[in-house]
Amino acid sequence: MTMSLGRRAVGVPPARPITAGREAGEMVAEGVCAWFGKRLVLEDVTLTMARNEVTALIGPSGCGKSTFLRILNRMHETIDGAQLAGTVSLNGTDIYGLEQRAVEVRRHIGMVFQRPNPFPAMTIAQNVLSGLRFNRLRVANPDEVVEEALVKAGLWNEVRNRLKALGGDLSGGQQQRLCIARALALRPSVLLMDEPCSALDPTSTRRIEQTIGDISHEVTVVIVTHNMQQAQRVSDRCAFFLAGEDEPGRVVEEGPTEQMFGNPDDPRTRDYVNGQFG
Amino acid sequence: MTTTSVNSTPGQHRFHLGQGPAHRRMRPREFGPTDIVLAGLTLLAAICTAWIVFDQLTLLSGMLGFVVVTAAVFLLYYYVLNRQLLGRRAASDRLMGAVATLAMAAIMTPLVLMVGFLFERGAHLLSWHVLTTTQQGVPLVCVPHQHCAQAGVFHAIVGTAEQVGFAMLLGVPAGILTAVYLNEVGGRLAHWVRVIVTAMSGLPAIVAGIFIYSIWVLKFHFSGFAGSLALAILLLPTVTRGTEEVLKIVPGDLREASAALGAPQWRTVWSVVLPTARSGILTAVMLGIAVTIGETAPLLFTVFGSTTTNWNLFGGPQASLPFLIWEMVKLASKSTIDLAYTAALVLFLLVFVVFLSGRILGSPWLGSAVRSLANRRSARRRVALEEVADR
Amino acid sequence: MERAGSVAYGTITSEIRPGDGTPLEPRLVVTRRTRSDLWFRGTAYSAGTVVLLVLGLIGLFLALQSWPALHYMGLRFLTTPAWVPQSQHGHPASFGIGVAGIGTVIVAVIALVVAVPFSFGAALFISEYAPRTLLGVLPFKSALTSVVDLMAAVPSIIYGLWGLLVLEPHMIGLSRWMSDHLGFIPILKVPRGDSIYTGSFFIGGVLVGIMLLPIVTSLSREIFSLTPVAEREAALSLGASRARVIRDVVLPFGKGGLVGAVMLGLGRALGEAIAVATVISLSFVHNWHIVSPGANSIPALIADLFGSGGKLGREGMLAAGLVLFVFTLVVNTLASVVVGRTRARTR
Repeated sequence: MTMSLGRRAVGVPPARPITAGREAGEMVAEGVCAWFGKRLVLEDVTLTMARNEVTALIGPSGCGKSTFLRILNRMHETIDGAQLAGTVSLNGTDIYGLEQRAVEVRRHIGMVFQRPNPFPAMTIAQNVLSGLRFNRLRVANPDEVVEEALVKAGLWNEVRNRLKALGGDLSGGQQQRLCIARALALRPSVLLMDEPCSALDPTSTRRIEQTIGDISHEVTVVIVTHNMQQAQRVSDRCAFFLAGEDEPGRVVEEGPTEQMFGNPDDPRTRDYVNGQFG
Repeated sequence: MTTTSVNSTPGQHRFHLGQGPAHRRMRPREFGPTDIVLAGLTLLAAICTAWIVFDQLTLLSGMLGFVVVTAAVFLLYYYVLNRQLLGRRAASDRLMGAVATLAMAAIMTPLVLMVGFLFERGAHLLSWHVLTTTQQGVPLVCVPHQHCAQAGVFHAIVGTAEQVGFAMLLGVPAGILTAVYLNEVGGRLAHWVRVIVTAMSGLPAIVAGIFIYSIWVLKFHFSGFAGSLALAILLLPTVTRGTEEVLKIVPGDLREASAALGAPQWRTVWSVVLPTARSGILTAVMLGIAVTIGETAPLLFTVFGSTTTNWNLFGGPQASLPFLIWEMVKLASKSTIDLAYTAALVLFLLVFVVFLSGRILGSPWLGSAVRSLANRRSARRRVALEEVADR
Repeated sequence: MERAGSVAYGTITSEIRPGDGTPLEPRLVVTRRTRSDLWFRGTAYSAGTVVLLVLGLIGLFLALQSWPALHYMGLRFLTTPAWVPQSQHGHPASFGIGVAGIGTVIVAVIALVVAVPFSFGAALFISEYAPRTLLGVLPFKSALTSVVDLMAAVPSIIYGLWGLLVLEPHMIGLSRWMSDHLGFIPILKVPRGDSIYTGSFFIGGVLVGIMLLPIVTSLSREIFSLTPVAEREAALSLGASRARVIRDVVLPFGKGGLVGAVMLGLGRALGEAIAVATVISLSFVHNWHIVSPGANSIPALIADLFGSGGKLGREGMLAAGLVLFVFTLVVNTLASVVVGRTRARTR
């Protein structure tokens, strides 16, 4: 009982009945640094991910984008020896506050991973409902939740007749959209996507991008991508991460996507978005 | 390469792809039909030579010696033949393959002989009567010319079932939980637990027996339960190691995905990790149980044996199949050895059934078949419900 | 691409490093676990602790209960050949594992000599030569693996029964041949024109060797299958024959693991009681002629004589069990460290 009181006392929205719509949230990261063991991998990142916008995190590999993304829903701390500094807040509440529970935070901030990872022992429908089940959220109409989530993820038409098939039986692109549906079924305020298309073919990539566009008016999306065209196509804002040799990653520049691609302030950003290096 | 030259010769014309409307499918092989025939002929020659050697020189006696000589001669002939045909390099390659194949055949032989032996001696003694009666009222050793009733093994089956059943109850959950601890929870202690589990999996069965004797039987006397405790000590590390191997294969992605959906750790383990690993865990557990059923040494000083059916696991001496065989072999008379054959056949069949069901439950084919069956059934039920609702 | 990026920007990025020089300090992050998670972790943790406890208890209880016997015999326990735990004809009780201890090792060594060559060969066959399927449908490889596993599950009492009634009569010929033709090797000689050849170390060792076949085979098969595919294919693409791949890639890779597999087999062989006790004739004099009757081993001794000889006899048995326990514990732990090292290399 004390635990639920504690949860209510802080600003992260408590669980609401899943049937009620939830508005997108605003995430603000301030002075975020990250370490793996003694090594500083991310330094002083300050970024605002505005409500209902798609923010793309771009930059070469190893510059801390994924680490930053994982910090946004407290997946970072699941790695041994991982540390961080700074604050991350969702709608004004620090998600790393000592009274916050990581499990609770992750429910509100969904995540889609680089490689599609539906639960192989569950059916498609069970996969979609898994988040609800994990959080012991009872819904009166599970079938509707499944349909709604799959429709939003753009997968409904393809799987409506085989909801009882196993998640692993789908193609790679379908699997990834199933993972998006799975995350959306929890009605998160923010959806984090870690290179969601890097393991997919161009057609599936296109579908995922459409999906991102469709869901962005009800959830704030943060997407890590290596693909400049993709960033340009899907995002409203961009942040360019960069790390030097033996140096932590930092945000070089961030701003509206048009400006970042059309008329960036920093020469390094211009070189990167135009694909000119090395 | 010389190795493939013999087999690729007949296949060469197949490279003219454009010639015929139907392309003949080709499967390049290192060891083709020609080689099988060659090996067969060599074996025949070897058998003949061995026979001559045996007849002329009689160095060895018995089947064993004949087989050994045949194998040696075969390897020699096979090497020389391949050297003539394919050259030295390929011949030594072939020789190695032949040695490995013979080794495989050699290790299968005891199993085949043993199963054959059990059926030959035990099958005609096996009857419904034997399975349903006990040794009660039957003299242990039947003196010649004395009429003795046929003793049965029912009491031993009951004992084994209860002892192994209870050992499962103790050992399987604890074993799986320990594996979960090692692979999912971890911590400073985990390293030591892993070392100990490995060490325990090599614990001599007889040591488990005398341990339980010294801590339990001395105070509380013989019982099936004491036997269960000893069996559980042997079962636990097997289950733990088997389960841990499977849990290691479950991709970390799934744990992350589950955590990212806000699942607490126990949820992740219960709903994602264990179901994903289910078939592998089943196979490991069933293998552990199959081995446990046949353990004799831990029961020697714990169950004490009995000639009547004792249903009470916790009270008094109890019979068990392996223990019965051991006792009967020690008595070494015709009637007791016959009973030992019967019990051994029953025991082997029991082990085999458990082993096989582990393989079947663990096979992906059956796993999915069962699942689709369950799905179809639930779908049918739903349809039925809807029909009822419509009315 | 990434590499080029970081090289190109390596020097430039240093310029944007904030120059204020304030040291960065990680903040305290507490992953508060739910109550159910604490329960879950606690339960799993206690399961792990129970395992530690059980093994500790085994050692502790055996040591405590056998103390009177060990105290009575002292170090002579390790060297006394006879087992007379009660005073007879005025001679005080005297017992030890002088014969049994050495016998345990003799049985195990014979078993390994028999088992290891065949097991390695069969493991190579399964991992390197066996086709995945036979005639396109029969899953040959997995069937072989299953049969080997099944062999390991056959109860030792059945091996004992078979060994006593089938193997032993068939081994007499071989034993005689060995003593007749190889008698110049001292251990294969049979003294005093003995012509029985049963109940010997040799038959016991061979039987245990047969029991080890599936165990050593499946362990070494697993080790062979851990050979990195890339190394294998690299060798093949350089024109190596299959035998070459085995010799130059598979065996060097698995060397440590194979030593571990043999040691795990050794641990099993040392502890085998039932099969050995069934076929040997227990003897309390040193017998160096392995094919002549008369053998002994600690587990077989316990299986045969436990409970006889009163309180001191029982305590003596527990002491023998303690020696066996410590011995196998050391062998198995060393083995698992060696095997673990091979596995760790592939992960």
